[in-house]
Amino acid sequence: MLLIRCPYCEQDLPELEFANAGEAHVVRSSDMVGLSDEEFETFFFIRENPKGISFERWRHVHGCGRFFNAARDTVSDTFLLTYKAGEPKPSLDDLEGQKK
Amino acid sequence: MRKFSALSLAREALRSHKGWDRQWSSPELKKSYDVIIVGAGGHGLATAYYLAKEHGITNVAVLEKGWLGGGNTGRNTTIIRSNYLYPESAGLYNHAVKLWEGLSQELNYNVMFSQRGVMMLAHSVHDVQVAKRHIHANRLSGVDNEWLTPEEAKAYCPPLSISKSARYPVMGAALQRRGGVARHDAVAWGYARAASDLGVDIIQKCEVTGIVRDASGAISGVETSRGPISAKKVGVVAAGHTSVLMAMAGLQMPLESYPLQALVSEPVKPIFPCVVMSNAVHAYISQSDKGELVIGAGTDSYLSYSQTGSLHILTHTLDAICELYPMFSRMKMLRTWGGIVDVTPDRSPIIAKTPVDGLYVNCGWGTGGFKATPGSGHVFAHTIAQDRPHAINTGFHLDRFRNGRLIDEAAAAAVAH
Repeated sequence: MLLIRCPYCEQDLPELEFANAGEAHVVRSSDMVGLSDEEFETFFFIRENPKGISFERWRHVHGCGRFFNAARDTVSDTFLLTYKAGEPKPSLDDLEGQKK
Repeated sequence: MRKFSALSLAREALRSHKGWDRQWSSPELKKSYDVIIVGAGGHGLATAYYLAKEHGITNVAVLEKGWLGGGNTGRNTTIIRSNYLYPESAGLYNHAVKLWEGLSQELNYNVMFSQRGVMMLAHSVHDVQVAKRHIHANRLSGVDNEWLTPEEAKAYCPPLSISKSARYPVMGAALQRRGGVARHDAVAWGYARAASDLGVDIIQKCEVTGIVRDASGAISGVETSRGPISAKKVGVVAAGHTSVLMAMAGLQMPLESYPLQALVSEPVKPIFPCVVMSNAVHAYISQSDKGELVIGAGTDSYLSYSQTGSLHILTHTLDAICELYPMFSRMKMLRTWGGIVDVTPDRSPIIAKTPVDGLYVNCGWGTGGFKATPGSGHVFAHTIAQDRPHAINTGFHLDRFRNGRLIDEAAAAAVAH
């Protein structure tokens, strides 16, 4: 079971309180009708699926109910950082140094 | 290679089994091959076998970073069935079931295929309607599947509780009698032995670290932990690591890799005669010939390459097992494990050419690839050899995520893999 820090509640809490909500920083176009099939495929279906640091969304469903983002190492399942929705994507180089 | 027969077994029995050869060779890695298959699991080995046998392409290497059959081939719950909703899926999985039925003879290796029946339980009015819809669709596709009342389900599987006071009572079941189980390791070993006999090189402990393309963009070989190897055609059959490998060729995939867990109990005498799956409460169970109850749990909700998962996934499944089979409530579980499964958005596999000339991919089997092993290898070998898909895997292309022709088993509720 993962321990996840909710950046709003500022507590480390068991995974059961949270729901994973997929890859983070996928930007929905403000002009969906204007997207080509290729652009829509990239937005909707293509995923980074990294072996290493993954940026992903979580939602504190059984808590404050808010979405936030996390950087997690998919090899060790260790959380490197959680941050509030809307905050900029952290740099990979900074995070690489923290990997265990 | 020595054939297995009653005569050869009897002769070896008389001389302490000292005359058996190694079942597959460990050849020196060559500098160049006609085709390289990345991944020596069941699907990769089957692909190599059918390339050699059906298409006469024997200058083939199967590269494996770990050991043969050590990934998801050795980690699944060995269930085989073909009662999928859509015609494309029914065609593909039923092709596999037909090959399973002759596989031990074909490979001269006992894969212990046992058609003991796969029963899928319905626990709500919705489940009942979906199951019946599946049954009708299956019969139109030529796939056997039939409806059982709760009493008939209990008669087919006596340990099952059909108590009306259960939290999720059994309201009936869909039974595919031709479904069943096979010995997963034997499938990898049997294909390895038969492919090796036809001249395929199986290279273990050789990790692919790069995919090399020539000036025109076409495949020219791979980089490995044991040096570069050239080849005009590369087939990637790497399950959970497909995204990582395809990125080496500059391709991004519609895949996400999740841990999927399973567990087995201590071995007991024969008690469980068939395979039973319940998608609503999420539990699959069968009994291996060794006597262990083999139980399939669910995927974790997050991406991972760690081959482990969270404990709450397992306890959730065991809650369901105890409710459906109260007699197992005091069974001790012997071990648990996880495998990394690559899941597509529509929960159907991709068996296809890619935008890169000479690069082929067989992936996206998600939580249910074992059942398709022979069929998958057979049509993928055709795709590589002929540079065009077999009629059976035509719909399982990569373009479907762009043109919208999904094979949306994910939306066909109550389909677990």
